[in-house]
Amino acid sequence: MTRNGKQMEMNKNSSHHPRKRFYRARAHSNPLSDSHFPIPISPSEVDYSHHYPYFYPDGWNSNVNSNDGTASKIQFADIGCGFGGLLVSLSQLFPDTLMIGMELRDKVSEYVKERILALRMSIPGQYENISVVRTNSMKYLPNYFTKKQLTKMFFLFPDPHFKEKNHRRRVISPHLLDEYAYTLQTGGIIYTITDVEELGDWMRSCLEEHPLFQAVPEHELEADPVVKLLSGATEEGQKVARNEGQTFQAIYRRIELED
Amino acid sequence: MSEKEITERIMEDDEIHKKGGEVSPALISIHPLEESIAVAIGSELRVFDLVGTKPVVLHDHAGGPSHSDSIRSICFGAKGTLFASAGDDKLVKIWKVDSWKCIRTVSSEKRVTAVSISHDGLFVCLADKFGVVWVVDLNSQGENQCPVDKSASPLLGHYCSIITSLEFSPDGRFIVSADRDFKIRITVFPKKPLKGAHEIQSFCLGHTDFVSCLAFAFSTDDSSQGFLLSGGGDSTVRLWDYLSGSLLDTCDIGSKLACNGDKSKVKEDGCSVVTDLCVCHNGSLVSVSVQSFHGVILLNCNLIAKTLSFSMAIPIVGNFIPTSMATGNNSDHLWMVMGASGLPSADPNVMYPVRVKVIAGLKKFHSDIEVQNLSILKDDDIPGSKDSLMVLQGSLDVEKDEDSLVHTAEALKTAMRNLLIKRQYSVEKREVRKKSRNDRKLKRKVV
Ligand SMILES: C[S@@+](CC[C@H](N)C(=O)[O-])C[C@H]1O[C@@H](n2cnc3c(N)ncnc32)[C@H](O)[C@@H]1O
Repeated sequence: MTRNGKQMEMNKNSSHHPRKRFYRARAHSNPLSDSHFPIPISPSEVDYSHHYPYFYPDGWNSNVNSNDGTASKIQFADIGCGFGGLLVSLSQLFPDTLMIGMELRDKVSEYVKERILALRMSIPGQYENISVVRTNSMKYLPNYFTKKQLTKMFFLFPDPHFKEKNHRRRVISPHLLDEYAYTLQTGGIIYTITDVEELGDWMRSCLEEHPLFQAVPEHELEADPVVKLLSGATEEGQKVARNEGQTFQAIYRRIELED
Repeated sequence: MSEKEITERIMEDDEIHKKGGEVSPALISIHPLEESIAVAIGSELRVFDLVGTKPVVLHDHAGGPSHSDSIRSICFGAKGTLFASAGDDKLVKIWKVDSWKCIRTVSSEKRVTAVSISHDGLFVCLADKFGVVWVVDLNSQGENQCPVDKSASPLLGHYCSIITSLEFSPDGRFIVSADRDFKIRITVFPKKPLKGAHEIQSFCLGHTDFVSCLAFAFSTDDSSQGFLLSGGGDSTVRLWDYLSGSLLDTCDIGSKLACNGDKSKVKEDGCSVVTDLCVCHNGSLVSVSVQSFHGVILLNCNLIAKTLSFSMAIPIVGNFIPTSMATGNNSDHLWMVMGASGLPSADPNVMYPVRVKVIAGLKKFHSDIEVQNLSILKDDDIPGSKDSLMVLQGSLDVEKDEDSLVHTAEALKTAMRNLLIKRQYSVEKREVRKKSRNDRKLKRKVV
């Protein structure tokens, strides 16, 4: 957790981009273990002005109290964002949309934080709409987002947890989809991609069987610029691409229950 | 601290924790029309018929004792036709109240922490140690002849958090689940629950420690959906608009109780942890039991102004800290039980002391007029008189057993804390834990 002197220096002089090797971390983490990081009691407790100072020039409270307090709420969440490649790409594509990465591993989320700060320094006025929090999204999503707040959620190359007894650690599961449905606006979209066929089948069938999600039709996927980023924007995706691995996508829309 | 010392400390902790986990508080539940009353202590279920003033004999098709380990949750259905009991033996028993026959035994893979019956009496929901709520369709035959009925279907999940309380909303439209991770979830109870409850209405977030109990405050005079009340480890009782999840009011019980006057000590002892809530007097009065207060705390609940305020503390002399409370629909009586099973140093051959007390005068309660309306009934004046106490307490001269009640109170405090408050390991302790776990793994591999 303690950073070495070299890094400290680097942070002071943030226009240098952080190097991944200083942030080496365990490959997988166990979402079941109780971690020790601050958890907001409820979404209204999170001070997002620290994350997006450009969008909250007058700090947090002034924005909350103004009548357009809803104007700048986070709309996209990248769950298990890893080193943050997707956020960096999306930032350019949707410069006015606030988005956040959620990452369980401390060092990895630190890296993303530094990466974003460095980008903001080197190109002033840009990358102001992306940020990251260290959290266990499987436990604390409702502590960050209100009902129907998000328009897009991303699950790119999530940990596969092969063993049957570990399936409940998977970030897409029938019960967790209930929470994602709560967090997404009607019409909002879940994007999933993996290079593990078994996990791809699992994610697709969880979504397919869920009454609050419906597959996005092919022609809409072709028109959606975000879909093109799924396989290549993240570090994991690039690794798969280098090895010419196959990928499996499942992209579903939040719908209302038919009654 | 050396690594060895840390390891020893951890083993000690684990030992205490294990013991704490086995302690189980006595529970009480009353029929909505006060026709019968049930107390659960350890694996034992004691029921008294208040109409016929006689003990109830339970008829379990399995024969023998109904539960083989601590009962963790009991409840009557809203209509008073069904009763359910469940617990550490991973069984849920569903009883028909007219005959007190067990009509269904459902087995769960994990220990059951909470159970609730849907208002229409068609479904029973149970929550397990892993945070999953399951639903059983009482109309389906189930595998009735088979002693092990595994017919529960998954309804919803709190991601790996112990569910501490499970309740249906007064109109039956929602199922509410509270957990150890400060969370209360309101879920639409669907028309076809066997397909899962996917529509989350809201989360009620505001507690800063585990949530231990839930109750609804609503008036039978109007048709509004009522409000939700919750209590927990942060020693507060909170009032919620559960449709939106917004917090309407908070009553800090800890600050009302001068627990040795030292607030930090209060926190550390967990002595003002709220353990149970009971709503009386048409929704306007909330009785609260607190970890180490001898008696109950009464709160005024104003359903129109949507406020919750401290009314009074009712002390009860002679070591009486309720572990569970119950009242019928608009009843004049508040029933309380104190007791625990599985106490660390108790002699396993000695019966656990259980004490039942009743407060009367709820109907005439008015916060302006003084306490005199409320009275703690003498044993002879309790409904069913000494016969009911004989059944529910298992003995009449519990009072003589002062010492064991003191002991019970102490043990419960530890138990509650160990059970619900997350163990906070220091970084070094965690490292040692990890190491020792890997050591074990390695050893197993070698063998
Ligand atoms: C295989 S990586 C993929 C990272 C990134 N999406 C990519 O495509 O490069 C999966 C990431 O999810 C994170 N993760 C796993 N469980 C998580 C949880 N419950 N909450 C937040 N992040 C989690 C892991 O720490 C890891 O960084």
